[in-house]
Amino acid sequence: MARSISRRRQIVVTLLAWAIGLAIFFPILWTILTSFKTEAEAIASPPSLFMFDWTLENYGEVQERSNYFRHFSNSVIISLGSTLLGLLIAIPAAWSMAFVPAKRTKDILMWMLSTKMLPPVGVLIPIYLLFRDTGLLDTRTGLVIVLTLVNLPIIIWMLFTYFREIPGEILEASRMDGAQLWDEIIYVLTPMAIPGIASTLLLNVILAWNEAFWTLNLTAAKAAPLTAFIASYSSPEGLFYAKLSAASTMAIAPILILGWFSQKQLVRGLTFGAVK
Amino acid sequence: MNYFTRALMGASALSLLATGAMAEKITIATVNNGDMVRMQKLTDDFTAKNPGIELEWVTLEENILRQRVTTDIATKGGQYDVMTIGTYEVPIWAKQDWLVSLNDLPASYDMDDLLPAIRGGLTVGGELYAAPFYGESSMVMYRKDLMEKAGLEMPDAPTWDFIGKAARAMTDKDNEIYGVCLRGKAGWGENMALLTATANSFGAKWFDMDWKPQFDGDAWKNTLNFYIDLMNDAGPPGASSNGFNENLSLFQSGKCGMWIDATVAASFVTNPKDSQVADKVGFALAPDNGLGKRGNWLWAWSLAIPAGTQKQDAAKKFVEWATSKEYLALVAENEGWANVPPGTRTSLYENPEYAKIPFAKMTLDSINSADPNNPTVDPVPYVGVQFVAIPEFQGIATSVGQQFSAALAGTVSVDDALASAQSLTEREMKRAGYIK
Repeated sequence: MARSISRRRQIVVTLLAWAIGLAIFFPILWTILTSFKTEAEAIASPPSLFMFDWTLENYGEVQERSNYFRHFSNSVIISLGSTLLGLLIAIPAAWSMAFVPAKRTKDILMWMLSTKMLPPVGVLIPIYLLFRDTGLLDTRTGLVIVLTLVNLPIIIWMLFTYFREIPGEILEASRMDGAQLWDEIIYVLTPMAIPGIASTLLLNVILAWNEAFWTLNLTAAKAAPLTAFIASYSSPEGLFYAKLSAASTMAIAPILILGWFSQKQLVRGLTFGAVK
Repeated sequence: MNYFTRALMGASALSLLATGAMAEKITIATVNNGDMVRMQKLTDDFTAKNPGIELEWVTLEENILRQRVTTDIATKGGQYDVMTIGTYEVPIWAKQDWLVSLNDLPASYDMDDLLPAIRGGLTVGGELYAAPFYGESSMVMYRKDLMEKAGLEMPDAPTWDFIGKAARAMTDKDNEIYGVCLRGKAGWGENMALLTATANSFGAKWFDMDWKPQFDGDAWKNTLNFYIDLMNDAGPPGASSNGFNENLSLFQSGKCGMWIDATVAASFVTNPKDSQVADKVGFALAPDNGLGKRGNWLWAWSLAIPAGTQKQDAAKKFVEWATSKEYLALVAENEGWANVPPGTRTSLYENPEYAKIPFAKMTLDSINSADPNNPTVDPVPYVGVQFVAIPEFQGIATSVGQQFSAALAGTVSVDDALASAQSLTEREMKRAGYIK
């Protein structure tokens, strides 16, 4: 009896999980499907899910009009660069807060998080002027710096949470064995926190890839990443939904594939604290 | 002169030559509208005529572009050499000395050929600060078959009463046919463009001569009541979230009897490739109320040169090319007359080939009937038909638009929406120092 209830429950939970998963994925699926329609079919009412004349015309036109690979390489450099630079700063910072907490550590953590509560547009003009005066406007270096700063609080918070789960005794033991500070961080702490660091890295690459305020406002032509590529297909006067969907699909495809292959690592890292 | 010195001089001369031969690259910020995309495809003609100039395009969605170019021009960032801006920005930016005057364009450009209404909207203190790339007004686009079925005939210059009567007669909600589709989505360039232009024809205005907001008067109340009653009786469901594109989609799929919106839509709804009703569309002027003002707006997407550019001469050459008579002929040759950017030059409307386009005359009449310098029945201290050319307008009108959109959705009453509009506009105008 108990077994049948548990099986029924298992089926219900599985179905529910699939339903939620499909509901979350549906907008992306719809975008991908629309990218293979003609503009007329893209706005047809009622819309057809699969029964339409599939065409690659939109992808051809997008490729003809825009330099996809330039935007793509900008996105890769900016998102990876900002995440790696962020990790370089965040690992020592999170280490010190997790293992050598001071009286004000919690306040510092909250203060760092508070910078995320500031509407970015509030500091647009000062940052724009700084970038103008330092020649960083429309450069990948400028965007790497600004996205590192934007995502640093999240990186530090995530790493701090993982590091706190690691027993301090292990580090003490390594110190007794003669490990210096950097030995401790590089050879003891980092390998133990690899799942956490990996998921932080993946999550921040995704955040930086999708960032669409600073990447649009601080770039023009040279450093514009895929967010600018998508924005160039959005039109308030004219129905270009199929082309916009093709551009969106091309922009999200790399990160979608990365997420698909690294989902095990991502979930493992995100639930690291929960399963301890 | 020894061998080394000669080699050095030769290398210097070569490097000088190479520098001279290097093309000057100008960056152009533009919107993703059909006419602009077409221009990008035709730029080989420009580069062939101007081998020393290379073009780099930054295409962005309208609102992002506006935010982006405003930031750049206000901070003198120098990221763009040519900017696509509208009639709202030109007077404000020109007064700030942010734009380069285009009065010195060569005589061959024939500035007098520009449509007077459009040229007037881009001129400040006698100086032209932006060259119109395409101009638009608003007009009535209607289904001739549904009008006939309703036993009515659309006049060339209808009244709002007629529009109300026709919309209700054409509505067949069981078959998803709605008499009229109008903008309801909140935004200064969305529902407030339509409602401000409509309000002009009802005798309403944003401000009196002392800059005092006027939403507490009867004229605005009549405008809003008329609009909401009409949309409730004959509009599509969910109209409070419909903008240009949503209504275009509804009209093209045969669900609207009438649509009052930008004249540029005429080429979309008559294109058989995209529109199911392409051969059934008629056109008329935007309605009036017998008060001497029609409910149509005036807008021109124009090319302007920011004062901070280092490449003024090259930028001017590009602006001259893109807004010239020759460019219109180039588009006609490559893409057909229906795709020529409308609403900028008198000579285009005198061309017998262009006159064959079904919406050409109505577009011109609509543009000519709009007067941005005298937009309302009573005198007002501002310029602009569907906007007020002051920097504060975008923010205020978007907030007012949210109130009116909520009234259309039925979540607030007309009286409450107007009271909120009045108080928030008063507050912002006090803050900006227009009133005490």
